[in-house]
Amino acid sequence: MLKPTEYLTCVYGLPSGHTLPVYEKHAYGYETARRVLTTMTAEQVVAEAKKANIRGRGGAGFPMGIKWSFMRPHPTKPAYLIVNADEGEPGTHKDRTIMERNPHSIVEGCIIGAYAIGAHVGYIYVRDELHLSKARLNEAIAEARAKGYLGPKPFGSSWSIELYVHSGAGAYICGEETSLLNSLEGKRGEPRLKPPFPAQVGAFGCPSTVNNLETMAIVPTAFRLGCEEFSKLSALHNLDDGGVRLYGLNGHVKKPGVHELAVGPTLRELIYDLGGGVLGDRELFAIIPGGSSTPVLRPTDTLSAPDPGSKLHAWHGKCVLDVPLGVDTMRASGTMLGTCCVTVLAQGTDPVMAMLNLMQFYHHESCGQCTPCREGSGWLDRTVQKIFDGRGTMQDIDALHEIAGNVMGNTICAFGDGMAMPALGFVKKFRKELEAYVRGDTKKENARLTVT
Amino acid sequence: MPFALTPERERTFQELLTRYPTKMALTIPLLQLCQEQHGWISEEVMLFVAERLDLSAAHVKGVVTFYTLFNQHPVGKHQVWVCKTLPCALRGAYDVLHQCEKKLGIKAGETTSNGQITLRTAECLASCATAPMMQVDKEYFEDLTPERVDEILRRLQES
Repeated sequence: MLKPTEYLTCVYGLPSGHTLPVYEKHAYGYETARRVLTTMTAEQVVAEAKKANIRGRGGAGFPMGIKWSFMRPHPTKPAYLIVNADEGEPGTHKDRTIMERNPHSIVEGCIIGAYAIGAHVGYIYVRDELHLSKARLNEAIAEARAKGYLGPKPFGSSWSIELYVHSGAGAYICGEETSLLNSLEGKRGEPRLKPPFPAQVGAFGCPSTVNNLETMAIVPTAFRLGCEEFSKLSALHNLDDGGVRLYGLNGHVKKPGVHELAVGPTLRELIYDLGGGVLGDRELFAIIPGGSSTPVLRPTDTLSAPDPGSKLHAWHGKCVLDVPLGVDTMRASGTMLGTCCVTVLAQGTDPVMAMLNLMQFYHHESCGQCTPCREGSGWLDRTVQKIFDGRGTMQDIDALHEIAGNVMGNTICAFGDGMAMPALGFVKKFRKELEAYVRGDTKKENARLTVT
Repeated sequence: MPFALTPERERTFQELLTRYPTKMALTIPLLQLCQEQHGWISEEVMLFVAERLDLSAAHVKGVVTFYTLFNQHPVGKHQVWVCKTLPCALRGAYDVLHQCEKKLGIKAGETTSNGQITLRTAECLASCATAPMMQVDKEYFEDLTPERVDEILRRLQES
């Protein structure tokens, strides 16, 4: 069900909405951080955070409270809070709105998070291109420091907290948490093997927690409402997928945008009620539910949970457009929730051209560390190009399947899977269209990605 | 000639040094300061960064060659990036790119003969709901129409 909320977005449209006076007047500015730091112990904060059921907003959906609980005080090493704002997943455009329009929610969330995990220093890793975001974050940090909310004794507590913005330099892979850590340390942004996980060996060899930026921004709201109450706002509270989050809409919808909603709207509600429907009132052709790495869906796809004991069984066989969007419901629908930013493709879009566009992206962004990904990304790109150019054979279509299959699970980080899954998705769902290119029934001269 | 930071950037660098537990963490921030000043990362710049941070030149070069936004060759005074990834492409990014190429008389990746403008394609710039979009230096231009693209490029050419 569509339940719009305004916890983060309440200051979005206001004049100077990104400044501290507006945050204090309209968004309970820093009251929650003050209460948490002066009345709760770090252990209490972590225990409470778990009840919020905040599934990480960066795409993997790992529960935030559980991640925080992995942090153990180290006898000699400091701990670090790292915030991932390397927003670069194609089709994802939510974190930027928070940084530009409500940066104080991030700063306040970081104060609570740093306190909970025992960190005195936090780094917000922002991709370099987002200059306005970096400026707004730096402004917010300066305002908070001037008020004493950051620095030696925030709110009169004894826990000092410093927060810094660190800029990336143009590499999609640095959104992967261990690659981000290497980049922060001044190295090439190549992912690390796990274990050790960041909670044991993270930034600068010290225990670290890496959280997505939206995850941190919603923390003050969860603690203000009470974490359990916050979780219950979600239609999927009983699946441990709680609270509210930002939903993005882009591609062929009449009204693209970012909306804050209680977790659990359906794709149909997003596309038709909030998005105003498909451009030109065309038929819905395909949906990429949460960034380009989440496998493409057709409107005829259904959720599969045949086991009557499954919590998802109530939706078994139901059209994917009418299932509440959640981490587990999307997994059971053969895709992933990802970043919750939905890309809509209208009837008339050429799926082979769309696939080529995405394979070019992964080819460009593969960091080159693992052979299956480095070679596979180029191979996929070239093979789809060959088919698109009308030079392909039926064996090439099978080759796409085989190459992607050989990348899956054979790389250090999730990039390989993030490329192979959508490739396999496109081959599976649009095989007929690929074959039409091979037979010469479709020509690239007539291919379009835009519709009117 | 050996490279050196302007006094103002030197102060910024000194302030940045206090933020991190290692000098190596300054690799990207210092390279960015240098590029802001010099326009691109020359061999002299890499040697300067290596020396200031007690790193090998090989380490610095490894970092420079990894990240898209470090210019390994001189580029135009202004950078025009057109996002071409799927969500923008669904809203007409290829048309925007062709319009830029035609208006500037260069292909993506090239610089105008007067050295003023370099045109490049970008991968997703997190502006999908306001597509198509382009970035000119540090500024985003979103919800582009052919008229706006013309206007933006005209102003840039006149600047």
